[in-house]
Amino acid sequence: MSATATDATKVDRPPALPRGWPRQRVLGYGLVCLWIVFLTGIAAYLVLAWNGELFRKYAPGYVSGLGVTLLLVAISIVLGAILSVPIAYARMSKNQVLSGLAYAYVYFFRGTPLLAQTFLVYYGVGSFRSQLEMVGLWGFFREAFNCAIFAFSLNTAAYQAEILRGAIQSVPRGQWEGAASLGLHKLQTMWKIILPQALIVALRPYGNEIILMIKGSAIVAIITVYDLMGITKLTYSRTFDFQSYVWAAIIYLIIVETLRHAVEWIERRITIHLQR
Amino acid sequence: MRIALRIALAASAALLTLGVAQAQEKTLRIGTEGAYPPFNNLTADGQLEGFDIDIAKALCDEMKVKCTFVAQDWDGIIPALQAGKFDAIVASMSITPERAEKVDFTNKYYNTPPAIVAPKDSDIKGVTKEDLAGKTIGVQGSTTHFNYSTATYTDSTIKPYPTAQEYQLDLANGRVDAVNDDITVLEGWLATPEGACCKVIGAIKPDIKIHGPGAGIAVRKGETELVNQFNAAIDAIRANGKYKEINDKYFKFDVYGGES
Amino acid sequence: MQSVWTLLSWGPEGWLDDIAYGVFITVSLAAATLPVGLVIGFLVALAKQSDEPSLRLAGNIYTTIFRGLPELLTLFIIFYGAQIGIQQVMRLYNPTAAVEVNAFVSGMIALGVVFSSYASEVFLSAFRAIPKGQYEGGYSVGLSGWQTMQLVVLPQLIRIALPGLANLWLILLKDTALVSAIGLTDILRQAGVAARVTKHAFLFFGVAALIYLLLAIISSFGINAIERAVGRQQVQR
Repeated sequence: MSATATDATKVDRPPALPRGWPRQRVLGYGLVCLWIVFLTGIAAYLVLAWNGELFRKYAPGYVSGLGVTLLLVAISIVLGAILSVPIAYARMSKNQVLSGLAYAYVYFFRGTPLLAQTFLVYYGVGSFRSQLEMVGLWGFFREAFNCAIFAFSLNTAAYQAEILRGAIQSVPRGQWEGAASLGLHKLQTMWKIILPQALIVALRPYGNEIILMIKGSAIVAIITVYDLMGITKLTYSRTFDFQSYVWAAIIYLIIVETLRHAVEWIERRITIHLQR
Repeated sequence: MRIALRIALAASAALLTLGVAQAQEKTLRIGTEGAYPPFNNLTADGQLEGFDIDIAKALCDEMKVKCTFVAQDWDGIIPALQAGKFDAIVASMSITPERAEKVDFTNKYYNTPPAIVAPKDSDIKGVTKEDLAGKTIGVQGSTTHFNYSTATYTDSTIKPYPTAQEYQLDLANGRVDAVNDDITVLEGWLATPEGACCKVIGAIKPDIKIHGPGAGIAVRKGETELVNQFNAAIDAIRANGKYKEINDKYFKFDVYGGES
Repeated sequence: MQSVWTLLSWGPEGWLDDIAYGVFITVSLAAATLPVGLVIGFLVALAKQSDEPSLRLAGNIYTTIFRGLPELLTLFIIFYGAQIGIQQVMRLYNPTAAVEVNAFVSGMIALGVVFSSYASEVFLSAFRAIPKGQYEGGYSVGLSGWQTMQLVVLPQLIRIALPGLANLWLILLKDTALVSAIGLTDILRQAGVAARVTKHAFLFFGVAALIYLLLAIISSFGINAIERAVGRQQVQR
């Protein structure tokens, strides 16, 4: 960068490479310092507020709450995945009525809050007790946990159907035609050619959906399920100690981050053949 | 672009001043729940009413301060007091040692026993641990009744609800086999058409270690002067008949309980 | 037993006026959160695509935390925690100061940080979709950094980010339902009160769900209009 070329005409030229302490770096270091202060503040708070007796008393509760959260999400995701297949199929169907119904289903469950859906199932279905008893379903809906699973599965099925549909439609038509020309029938084509390619596209959205479900599942605490959030509220109401919320936050963060990295790792593994 | 930015800044500044408003001086803000009839309840047009409200108004008159009421969900009522959203809780809050670690209490202003309520066709015979073994009991979360249930009915499933109204809904629906709460609250509910499903199984002998000496007024820790003012006012309305007048408006018996 | 139409009528007998108030709260909360979330999200995206590693780190910590926490937990932490925190800081200067952060502002902040952490990702991928040549072109015609951003990059950025942001708006509209848990009288809370008092839970929660659906449908019309207005059709190939 020599200065020999300066002359009378004043030109704005691309700035020199940042050296030393440009404004951005000052800002960046400032912000990072702020985060460090904030996070060490929380760590210091937890150390100072540490209470061995409290921990012994409530830690088992947190573990069981975590178990309930994970169980709830796992069952809902699996049931939702099963349910999403016919919905996605109907959505892609050429039959107007079928695809219209599937669209309405997806629109309803994606357009309304999960909390409202959960209330609708838990308290709404509760008011049809006698009818449900007649068909023998009351035993199922009596339990808050089952109601949560019911609502969550229907909800996630709508999202998963859209993920599945998007992924399948992202596979070029030529793949179908190629398979047809080799004499594979439709199911074989779907299973052996389309789905493996579609799942690469779908992996990340599926991962996000699981993460959203884990975070969303916190609302079951409001309908009397002792999940991680429920235990947290219970502990807080017993101890009035704010650290109960901080611990929950840390546990949720750890689960979500682990999942996110796991998805990224799987994605790297299954796309090795695409890397150049 | 500039103008848009300026408008955005002005709007956010206005919002912040709205949200972070300085508290007004010399009015006492009273926090209550508004979902616990007959003690405190929100009417259909959004007004607070009930025994707690009337008592609080009488106490404020006695203390010669202006009072305003704030409705706050039960779960967050102590944090909200600590956070300064209001200055005192008059919400049928039982005086317990755990709460007394976080807030200061006045003397009790009433004390009624807890009870168990179940559907009329229930096979529950009494209120002991054995009577309720294997049953599901609904209670309001973060209450002494919840603490008592979890401590006593260890063979039962205890379900915590955000307000009394929700466990009532679930008892009528049959999701819970019995509920545990203050007897006056339960009887008040049983007298309504919705409460027609159910009956009182029996009263529970209060456990002083869990239920405490009764319901008191909670203020922030260290505000001893306010506690003294409230205590003097409670004694005054007990003495001048104002308490009895309010008591008789809501109940057929004296809810103050014995001297403790 | 009152008829369904009495329950859904306007006035002291029915609950329609209460629910309408809830709609007003929900919509104004979402509308107040949107600009906050967009501005913070844009700034975080700027930090995350900067050349300065420390800025990128600060931005990434922000998104990691607020995308990883359940929205309900964020809401509780801000509603209870922030108030106590601010109170204690204020007490250092003025022992009698009483600051009140109400449920609306808490909800706005909590939903705003969650919205902004997702929005920053949308902006970031939009930034990446703009070729470096656009910046260089800006410099070469003598524009300053800020002018390049304002006149060259931002118009394209908004066009690219719009579908993603529209999606976030719909999510925000649904997330506002969570504020019912901290006592703000939004649609869901009003429906819940009505359901408890009248014992018609299915009716009122069903109505609440339909209102959210209606809001989503209205939003989609609005979004389509905006997309047409910014000339999205032109860039489609």
